[in-house]
Amino acid sequence: MASSSSSSSNSPCAACKFLRRKCQPECVFAPYFPPDQPQKFVNVHKVFGASNVTKLLNELHPSQREDAVNSLAYEADMRLRDPVYGCVGVISLLQHQLRQLQMDLSCAKSELSKYQSLGITGHA
Amino acid sequence: MASSSSYNSPCAACKLLRRKCMPGCIFAPYFPPEEPQKFVNVHKIFGASNVTKLLNELLPNQREDAVNSLAYEAEARVRDPVYGCVGAITFLQRQVQRLQKELDAANADLIRYACNDIPTGLPQVTGASTVQPTLTPRNRLAEFNRRVGNEGGGFYQLPGALPYSFPWNDASSGDMNDGGGEGGM
Repeated sequence: MASSSSSSSNSPCAACKFLRRKCQPECVFAPYFPPDQPQKFVNVHKVFGASNVTKLLNELHPSQREDAVNSLAYEADMRLRDPVYGCVGVISLLQHQLRQLQMDLSCAKSELSKYQSLGITGHA
Repeated sequence: MASSSSYNSPCAACKLLRRKCMPGCIFAPYFPPEEPQKFVNVHKIFGASNVTKLLNELLPNQREDAVNSLAYEAEARVRDPVYGCVGAITFLQRQVQRLQKELDAANADLIRYACNDIPTGLPQVTGASTVQPTLTPRNRLAEFNRRVGNEGGGFYQLPGALPYSFPWNDASSGDMNDGGGEGGM
């Protein structure tokens, strides 16, 4: 699940590198912000802030933290790409696509039922 | 939206932050005092200073939408600390994929009906003047495509929908763990 703590290999995690502090063995960020993915923490820090993320992670069970960090990282990335709507823009787009698909499907089923009511089997 | 500071009532942000709500308060237009929870959530998840920086980088006419989307995300994260609004995105992506498959199957059936040579039940007259069907199979397909909006002849395409994947991780999959979530906004 989580990658091994980078502090165990004497290399600070991306968070501690960015924050210019010593990466302690029990660093809460280390399992989720490896040093080879610096942009991940940069984004999360910019949108949420390190202390907010620390508080959030500390309120979660360790088994939930990786998913939480990944979803925060996704939200942060979306917010930086679209500072006005962030993830909400994605949700709106998907809802619009869903409505369009539902209409198209309803149309297609209506067409199909016309053929079926004429007793056409559709087999060659 | 009038600034609450003009009524001598601090906005929800300044009330929570226990500071004087100045006339130019950046939060005041968007965090009225009668909606305290909106700022509580936003402050908890994003922090007041991050929100200030973000709003300062936007045009004034963009700020209301930005605050509302931040408030939505913050509330979603408070309700679901693990997945936040990303849970809703995953749910919606799966719904879209499911409906796309159903639509593809229905289209395939329609193409079979449109292209096969089984008579449509129209009256046939023997002799020199044979009644032609209203639509040939090829025209039937074109007519169907026109009606369902697939003018190009292709099936419904997802126009650049953002899958849940990370730009820094080439090996990431397009799907998330089973993290449920509401689909509505």
